[in-house]
Amino acid sequence: MQDSLLQRVTTAITGWAVALLLFFPIGWMVLTSFKTEGDAVKSSLAFTPTLASYGEVLARADYLSFALNSVVVSVGGTVLALLFAIPAAYSMAFHPTARTRGTLLWMLSTKMLPPVGVLVPIYLLFRTAGLLDSRIGLVLIYALMNLPIVVWMLFTFYKEVPNDILEAGRMDGARVFSEVWHLLLPLTMPGVASTGLLSLILCWNEAFWSLNLTSAGAAPLTTFIASFSSPEGLFFAKLSAASTMAVAPILVFGWFSQRQLVRGLTFGAVK
Amino acid sequence: MATLTLRDLRKNYGPMEVIKGVSLDVADRELVVFVGPSGCGKSTLLRMIAGLEAITAGELQIDGQRVNELGPADRGLAMVFQSYALYPHMTVRQNMGFALRLARVPRAERDRKVDEAARILQLEPYLDRRPKDLSGGQRQRVAIGRAIVRQPRVFLFDEPLSNLDAALRGQMRIELSRLHEELNATMIYVTHDQVEAMTLADKIVVLQAGRVEQVGSPLDLYHRPENLFVAGFIGSPQMNMLPATVQEAGPSGLAVALASGTRIVAPVAAGSANQGDSVTLGIRPEGLRLDPDGPIGGEVRLAERLGGLTLLHVTIEDGRQVTVQIEGSDLTRPHETVRLSVNPVACHVFDQSGRAFTHLLKHSLAA
Amino acid sequence: MPSVIVLLAWMIVPLVMTVWFSFQYYNLVNPEAAGFAGLDNYEFLVTDPDFWAALTNTVILLGSVLVITVGFGTLLAVLFDQPFPGRNIARLLAISPFFVMPTVSALVWKNLLMHPIYGVLSVAMRAVGLEPVDWFAQYPLASVIAIVSWEWLPFALLILLTAVQSLDHEQREAARMDGAGAIAQFFFLTLPHLSRAIGVVVMIETIFLLTVFAEIFVTTSGGPGNASTNLAFLIYARALLQYDIGGASAGGVVAIVLANIVAFFLVRSIARRLEV
Repeated sequence: MQDSLLQRVTTAITGWAVALLLFFPIGWMVLTSFKTEGDAVKSSLAFTPTLASYGEVLARADYLSFALNSVVVSVGGTVLALLFAIPAAYSMAFHPTARTRGTLLWMLSTKMLPPVGVLVPIYLLFRTAGLLDSRIGLVLIYALMNLPIVVWMLFTFYKEVPNDILEAGRMDGARVFSEVWHLLLPLTMPGVASTGLLSLILCWNEAFWSLNLTSAGAAPLTTFIASFSSPEGLFFAKLSAASTMAVAPILVFGWFSQRQLVRGLTFGAVK
Repeated sequence: MATLTLRDLRKNYGPMEVIKGVSLDVADRELVVFVGPSGCGKSTLLRMIAGLEAITAGELQIDGQRVNELGPADRGLAMVFQSYALYPHMTVRQNMGFALRLARVPRAERDRKVDEAARILQLEPYLDRRPKDLSGGQRQRVAIGRAIVRQPRVFLFDEPLSNLDAALRGQMRIELSRLHEELNATMIYVTHDQVEAMTLADKIVVLQAGRVEQVGSPLDLYHRPENLFVAGFIGSPQMNMLPATVQEAGPSGLAVALASGTRIVAPVAAGSANQGDSVTLGIRPEGLRLDPDGPIGGEVRLAERLGGLTLLHVTIEDGRQVTVQIEGSDLTRPHETVRLSVNPVACHVFDQSGRAFTHLLKHSLAA
Repeated sequence: MPSVIVLLAWMIVPLVMTVWFSFQYYNLVNPEAAGFAGLDNYEFLVTDPDFWAALTNTVILLGSVLVITVGFGTLLAVLFDQPFPGRNIARLLAISPFFVMPTVSALVWKNLLMHPIYGVLSVAMRAVGLEPVDWFAQYPLASVIAIVSWEWLPFALLILLTAVQSLDHEQREAARMDGAGAIAQFFFLTLPHLSRAIGVVVMIETIFLLTVFAEIFVTTSGGPGNASTNLAFLIYARALLQYDIGGASAGGVVAIVLANIVAFFLVRSIARRLEV
């Protein structure tokens, strides 16, 4: 059936309108970041772009150090979570016991606990272990934070792998390690990749733990942005510039990886 | 290469016993087929031999060594799966060489063995393709190739042909027989298709509900079934089963009467049969003949003309339907009235518990 | 299996500590008043009107955001499934909010969009002659819901879109042969097909929505009064503003219980379909 021209035009206009509307806050933020503070409060589109705000933000805070911390703890947290989750999901998916299902759901429900509920114990543990304001501490907490979701997603991906193939591997002499490394991981690669991507995004954007457990040395971009929040609130341009710098890396990364992200999601949980 | 011994093997899933004590000897270089209806436990039994399912009780020996506790990789077996279970992310060459790679066999030797197996299976042109680019028959060959490369002590096949179309299945059957001869290997083959079992096996094991019903050569099972189940399961078209009553037990056999009163003498040892006992008379379709003087009368309902031979479906006097196998050149048509006679050699009698009375005539082809 | 045990141990330790603290008097500014408290912390909690307000707000926030994101997400998924010029770029723009950190979204919404004087919304309203609204003062919870929905709509869209795209085209053609119009197709074909994906969306969003914190912290700080305080924020306030660790831990335990109740219902209604 051929859609009428009118219908197609309507679809295109609606589609673009929705997209622009959803993107507007981000776009506006980027736009404002190129304004002077004077222009920023005028909500006007007529202005001369300037990098002044960026300059000021960079002069005030060591952006690169924050950004580096963000990259290290996000990647570290994700890798660590995957290292734990890959074998855990494997044993849950292929050697299930009567309690596996309950364990999995209980794990997910712990994710619903506000992190502040366990803040005090974690804080005390970290203080004892000397992990406060350390990247390792943050990596640990991020891995822990994302484990339930990572395990659950991997579990659903693993479930799609025909048991026969793993049994064939076992007949071929594969021990548990080769089975996971040579068969399971290559077979579920899209799923593992999208799980990792999701975990990476969640780590990057995490604000609670980073604010409470780090101060200067290991603080990631979420802390960086927090330092520009309330007291400087009215300096719209600087705020926008800082925000743009905090968001840009993960946004660009997200754009490039969204196809991969979607591919994994289609392959497992959704289909 | 290897012998295999099963001693009272049992398997429980929780309180459910699915393999209820199976004992069997597989000789070196023998091709043994496990056959039975779906759910009879034949695949479970194979997987227990493979090491993919734990053995609840009993003992499994390979070459006289107990292997219950060994993992699948350490038993020296190779298995071909129904779904082929090829590794989709590897090429044919990698698929076939995977076991050797895991065993850290040097690359050159690995390649040599894979090439050799590929030659036997005519897979050489496809070595660098991935499974998804192959046809069903080719995938099947790769699965077999993967087993050959390992030079296992015993080959296990789990319904390997059931995903192929009929023509290909026939072709692969011949190929498997050739392979068995060429490789000189001990093989265990699971199928639900009794034709496959008959054509491939040195020895058939008929399983039902987790128990062995009968073990023997294909023709043994065909001509001397020990019970109703085997008689009905082996042979196509199926054996005709008619309810009958014992009339007289004599030295030359058992005289039974069909429901219509027709008297037939079957050459079986009377054993403990008494006059008036209810029994089942079994006659193979080729054991019935069109004969104007025959004792059984009936009307032809349907003629299945297969060309070389024709199957007549005849409703006999007591209302039962029987299948009669006749020459393809015979011109008998539906709705004709016919009379049938019985070849005593093809007659079997089963008691109420389904056990066969011992045949008195020695069959030239059966043990 | 050992990996599962390590994993469980790692998750249980803080939990046990929380439960332990919830039965203690433990105030950081008043260290003398330490000791076993029995159920006092809990009693104090349930008789506190703030607690019940926070509970209600948590549930309202969860419910509203779920309805908004799943509802619009489904419609948008169908929209973005249609071909139109530049669809890929439009889709990329539409899913962008998902990648933005909650702190930043909250800051941008608070200052650039919803600021009573300089925000784009106020400017726009003044331009058409309306009186601008101080969103966070007048509609605190609704404002938070708007921000959180904006963050999660792209996620719902992303998942539902992949599900819509996996809908068999022959099925749709068959439906059209049977005389199903666009609306009938949506209700009888698309929606049932999406049920599993919707389950995934609800499950994952619930996990995060129960613990919404940064958005409230940055914008309203739970106020005015307790109008936009949810459970997560209440516990935060107890622990770090009033230094009442015992009380905060009791709140944490309540949150765990709530989480498990929600999880239980999720399991009954959704997880079955997820074949977990």
